[in-house]
Amino acid sequence: MAAPQVTLQSITGVDVELRIAGVGSRSYAFVIDWHIRVILAFSWWSVGTMLTLGRLTLTGSGQSPGQNYFFWVWLPTIVIYLLYHPILEILMRGSTPGKRMAGVRIVTRTGDIPGVGALLIRNVFRIVDSLPFAYLVGLASAIVTAQHVRIGDIAAGTLLILDSKEHDSSFARLTPANRSLDPRAADLIHELLERWMALDERTRGDLARSLLGRIDRSLSPEQLAEIPTRELRVRLQALLNPTA
Amino acid sequence: MTTEAGMQAWLTSRVETWRQLTPQLDALERSRDHSAAEALQAIELYRSLGRDLSIARRILPGSRVTKALERSYAKLHSIIYRKPHDWRARTLTLFREEIPEVVSELRPAIIWVTLLFALSAGAGWWLVSSYPELISLLASEQMINGVERGRLWTEGLLNVAPSSMLSLGILSNNIAVTLTAFCVGVFFGLGTFYIIATNGLMLGAIFAFTHQHGMAGELLKFVTAHGVVELSVICIAGAAGTMLGEALIRPTHPTRRESFQHAATKVSRLLLLCALLLIGCGFIEGYLSPDPDFPMTSRVIVGFGYGIVMVGALTGHLFGRRFVKPAAGS
Repeated sequence: MAAPQVTLQSITGVDVELRIAGVGSRSYAFVIDWHIRVILAFSWWSVGTMLTLGRLTLTGSGQSPGQNYFFWVWLPTIVIYLLYHPILEILMRGSTPGKRMAGVRIVTRTGDIPGVGALLIRNVFRIVDSLPFAYLVGLASAIVTAQHVRIGDIAAGTLLILDSKEHDSSFARLTPANRSLDPRAADLIHELLERWMALDERTRGDLARSLLGRIDRSLSPEQLAEIPTRELRVRLQALLNPTA
Repeated sequence: MTTEAGMQAWLTSRVETWRQLTPQLDALERSRDHSAAEALQAIELYRSLGRDLSIARRILPGSRVTKALERSYAKLHSIIYRKPHDWRARTLTLFREEIPEVVSELRPAIIWVTLLFALSAGAGWWLVSSYPELISLLASEQMINGVERGRLWTEGLLNVAPSSMLSLGILSNNIAVTLTAFCVGVFFGLGTFYIIATNGLMLGAIFAFTHQHGMAGELLKFVTAHGVVELSVICIAGAAGTMLGEALIRPTHPTRRESFQHAATKVSRLLLLCALLLIGCGFIEGYLSPDPDFPMTSRVIVGFGYGIVMVGALTGHLFGRRFVKPAAGS
């Protein structure tokens, strides 16, 4: 089944399909963010408590730790934990460190960057999404809705889309050191070399021979068939960077 | 020149431009105060990127280069189409125009929710007056024991925690209750009704219980300064929550999702004002209400004075909204 998409419509007539993130990507991003905020909040609390009380304690051993401890240690700890998502989503224009790592981003239903209001609404509705525990309502909503959205997203009119950064390096691959090489062939060679270890020996051999045959017309199919797989890899690398 | 060679030449000629895209887009995204020349340059880049993407889709369908171009194009689109941000003007419009319009639309719902709250409070009073043992279901054991010994839990609050800490705890709790009363409206309004009814029931029951022990006057003295606005704000948030439920029961848009989104976006603006009003209540409740030396007359003045401020804020007049006389004959 194809992943659900949202179409970003442009006045130039060139529309772009944005792929909507599934429950897995959402959960992955949330788990990363949850760990980050727990670590940040705990670090602030533990360092503050150590500096103020001299040891780690939740109660202050029956003695009131005082107003300064509350305002400089407890309050920032709570703020870090509770306001992590709204603050970072606003500052990072619909992203958070966890979302970046998971390759997802918040957009509006038209594919644009969401405004502050929409980001605040989607965060306020965490109250409902987190019910009764462990975000079960939000998870159920993301599973059953066609666009995998939680109630906060429905209220704010937002979506989570896949936003992988890996494409950024694609343009660099088009200009190999070997200027005579067709940029499209260079891109394919890069892709094959990146996936080399993940492919089985026969598949990578076939792909490499096919590519080499298209680039170097002087090689006959028989000659290509005789080249061992390890040699094929070296030849492909040499095509990208002949001076190396 | 063959078609193949032509394509290769085109690709080679565009590669350098594309390689500059990532830093260019990052710079455009970071800055919000672009000059006219920069804006025109961005639009020109958008057009040329659209052309490149269109060609790339034909000659390199499904390739990573095409995907990278799509990503850059989408990013530039969102940069160009993002809303201008003039915080001052936006905030002023919000408080002067948008919130009063929402309040005006919500007026019937506010009345009904307030009525529900009052009826629940009456029911709470009647229940505890008739069956005093029921107070154990609504109040903590510590609170009950204290009142039975002739001491309100509000007494000596300032000895337990400093006013600043007390205020912060109270206002965050009130904001949480208000947001919850709003959000649970998503359950077809039933969640909001439950929260409002429970709060009303508890208030009535506790007043009845303190009345039985001759301390209702003391409790009223404690509540007067902050209660007017605090209880009103909870009812207003509840009314906003019922609007969410109504949007789902009787959709105003082609789908329930759209109707719910429209209602949530519109009504949630009001919550910002509610939160600000509750911050004020928190400070009054933390600094003035527990102070035994603060006279009742002053409490009434503060309570109703703050109530007038609330009405001014809800109608927008506090932020300079002008009175508009209805047109004659309309």
